[in-house]
Amino acid sequence: MTDAVLEVEALDVRYGQVHAVRSVSLRVARGGVTALLGANGAGKTSTVMAVAGARAIAAGTVRIFGRDMTGAAPEDIVRAGVAISAEGRRIFASLSVEENLKVAGAVVGDLALEADRRATLMERFPILGQRRRQLAGLLSGGEQQMLAVARALMSAPRLLLLDEPSLGLAPQMVDRIFDIVEELRDEGISILLVEQNATLTLQVASHAVVLANGAVAAAGDPQAIANDAVLREAYLAA
Amino acid sequence: MDFVVQQLINAVSLGGVYAMLALGLAIVFSIVRLINFAHGDIMTFGGYGIFLSLVFGMPPLGALAIGIGAAVVMALAMERAAFRAMRGADVVALLITSFAVSEILKVLFQNTISPRPVPISLPAAWSSSYRIGDVVIGVGPSISIVVALLSLAGLTLFLRRTTTGMAMRAAAEDFEMLRLLGVRAGRVVATAFAISGVLAGAAAVVWTAQRGSVDPMMGFFPVLKAFIATVLGGLGSLGGAVLGGFVVGAIEVMTQAFLPEALSPYRDAIVLACVIAALLLRPDGLLPARSGARS
Repeated sequence: MTDAVLEVEALDVRYGQVHAVRSVSLRVARGGVTALLGANGAGKTSTVMAVAGARAIAAGTVRIFGRDMTGAAPEDIVRAGVAISAEGRRIFASLSVEENLKVAGAVVGDLALEADRRATLMERFPILGQRRRQLAGLLSGGEQQMLAVARALMSAPRLLLLDEPSLGLAPQMVDRIFDIVEELRDEGISILLVEQNATLTLQVASHAVVLANGAVAAAGDPQAIANDAVLREAYLAA
Repeated sequence: MDFVVQQLINAVSLGGVYAMLALGLAIVFSIVRLINFAHGDIMTFGGYGIFLSLVFGMPPLGALAIGIGAAVVMALAMERAAFRAMRGADVVALLITSFAVSEILKVLFQNTISPRPVPISLPAAWSSSYRIGDVVIGVGPSISIVVALLSLAGLTLFLRRTTTGMAMRAAAEDFEMLRLLGVRAGRVVATAFAISGVLAGAAAVVWTAQRGSVDPMMGFFPVLKAFIATVLGGLGSLGGAVLGGFVVGAIEVMTQAFLPEALSPYRDAIVLACVIAALLLRPDGLLPARSGARS
């Protein structure tokens, strides 16, 4: 019996001739934060998108809560309890803030429960409540990121995939995003955190994996990786 | 003055049909990137639905409802039988698939019903006209305008107010992200086809009500104009499709009304020249589609 909510084993993702992910293995422990680090183009997003069901898996397995979900459709992976805040936030710019949450709430099924979750999230992120009727495209980058996270939380996930949540944000906003990551972890949501900001990420992570050229370059204790000068110099640009 | 008002009514009536067809094309394109060349055959099938219902003694309004229902069934069947297997294929492969579907349906219409026009006899009152002051207005064009406006308003409400409607708008922006939020792709796509079927059916209703017959090519020419309308408005943009439909309808009616007799063989050429001129000025169309959040 394993205590991992996500186990990726020997994952391969290819785009035609390009071998984007090569035999990557990683795990997220129950209640833990696994950091997935690496430079641009190292295969982080391809890995996460494959876990979410949005990229074809050429080889390897993805087990979610102990169930083999290799090659499952994104819709079914969400129903298994996984949600994603995707790279680039990908909020629906022409929909209002509240409509973004409503669309994400379609998966809930129970209308009262859906409305309740929406209200709770707008209290939790007051800026979203204040701007509920505004077009999401008019929000600032940080606000859009909060919307992307809130939208992911509509399905009440037990595993959250966060792809580059701090990218392009002002420093205070980056701190706020990492605070949210810790809050969510404390609420018992397991997290796979993809980041380029290695310093802050390694502080919140309980386990870390470094990718380079699509393969795992290092994995283990975040503190050890943070202290490894060669690793930092070569892959983390920090 | 009355001449101008009458032409205006003709323009809105014809533009309304183009707008409904263009909107059906746009809603499917915005979500599955399919330029559905067989959209005209959905409209034709709706026309035959009306024809057969009348032959079997349905009252006229019931026949029109069945016509719309038939178009919806055809649109959904097309998606299930031909396009679902092609999901994710590139635009050209989808386009060619739709050509094949269109050809198959035309041959079926020719061989099972008739290659020639079959009559649709609706109450005489529907093809009469009424007067407001000095202006004589046809009942047909009036029905056409009312149906078009009701469809457009209904669709707008659906897209604005319902969660499924919001999901359709979201899908047009970023379909993959929508699936990542757990929304079932199949349901969204089927809804898009069903809506395009309702609109094509409504277009069949007003088209047959005014022309009084159905033939295997009935849907072809109006849908050709609707294609032009979607490109003019901005491919994949819903507002653009509606605007493009009304603009193409207006240009067509104006060239009909005001062009000297000698130039009338060049009417379509003049309409298309206007479209090309508009696209030279605005290459993405009058109201370009919002591209996805992904850069």
